[in-house]
Amino acid sequence: MSLIFYLIAALTVAGGLAAVLLKNTVHCALALTVAFAGLALLFLNLDAQFAGFAQILVYIGAVAILVVFAILLTKGSETPQGGVFSRTWLVGLTAAAAVFAVLGWAVIASAPLLPKAATPATAATSAMVVTPAPAVPPAPAVTVEQIGRALAGRYVLPLEIVAVLLTAALIGAVIVAMHEKEEAK
Amino acid sequence: MMGQITPLAGYLLVAALVFSIGLAGALTRRNAILVLIGIELMLNAANLNLIAFWRYGPHPELLTGMIFAIFSIAVAAAEAAVGLGLVIQIHRHARTTDLDAINRMKG
Repeated sequence: MSLIFYLIAALTVAGGLAAVLLKNTVHCALALTVAFAGLALLFLNLDAQFAGFAQILVYIGAVAILVVFAILLTKGSETPQGGVFSRTWLVGLTAAAAVFAVLGWAVIASAPLLPKAATPATAATSAMVVTPAPAVPPAPAVTVEQIGRALAGRYVLPLEIVAVLLTAALIGAVIVAMHEKEEAK
Repeated sequence: MMGQITPLAGYLLVAALVFSIGLAGALTRRNAILVLIGIELMLNAANLNLIAFWRYGPHPELLTGMIFAIFSIAVAAAEAAVGLGLVIQIHRHARTTDLDAINRMKG
């Protein structure tokens, strides 16, 4: 684990916490952008260049702007009288903490089975490791051409379904958001 | 304990943390847009898991996790568009986005 990972992870978690905890909704949207950027950096750190740049384009470029538009259209930046948290916030916080406890326990408990860092004499600890070679593979050299070929070849059916889904979401969002205007006429 | 975590475990822990933060936000905030923000954080944490398993899995050259994450990003974008459209429509209808105040299914 390198220092850069810890820095990016801290940035991401801080952005997420700020997005959830801040009072002003516009500040929340900006903190959400920071969290998205941190996740994109984590993707790039994992040698997933295409996914990282897709994350920047889709989330920072589109979703964050969409959230800001929605906040401004609904006047959501005004703090409500009863505070920003729901009446049942304790239940939600308990559920989230329980989920994190279970997830963290699962990751920590399964750590001996996961690929180790490139340190020698760790392969014998796991029966699942067949070769004594370092279990962390070298960075796969993935080009955009390979991703394009995979999308147009092996994954062409999911690609078409996603295309239909995006068209349906486009039409659906317009219909849902335009409905009141038709009634008002 | 923390000194000997593997890279994959580190990414999984960050993803678990971001997921839990998103879940807490979705369950505790009153503004519907903030609930959607929490859901986006959870989806992103799942994407991080997919990418991390792709990177440290046995066959990264098959691109399975990466393609899964790209499709997940596309579906999440569609979800955000429809969800925020619904929030705008609810705001037009009920004059609020406070989820504690929206307690009727029938208009």
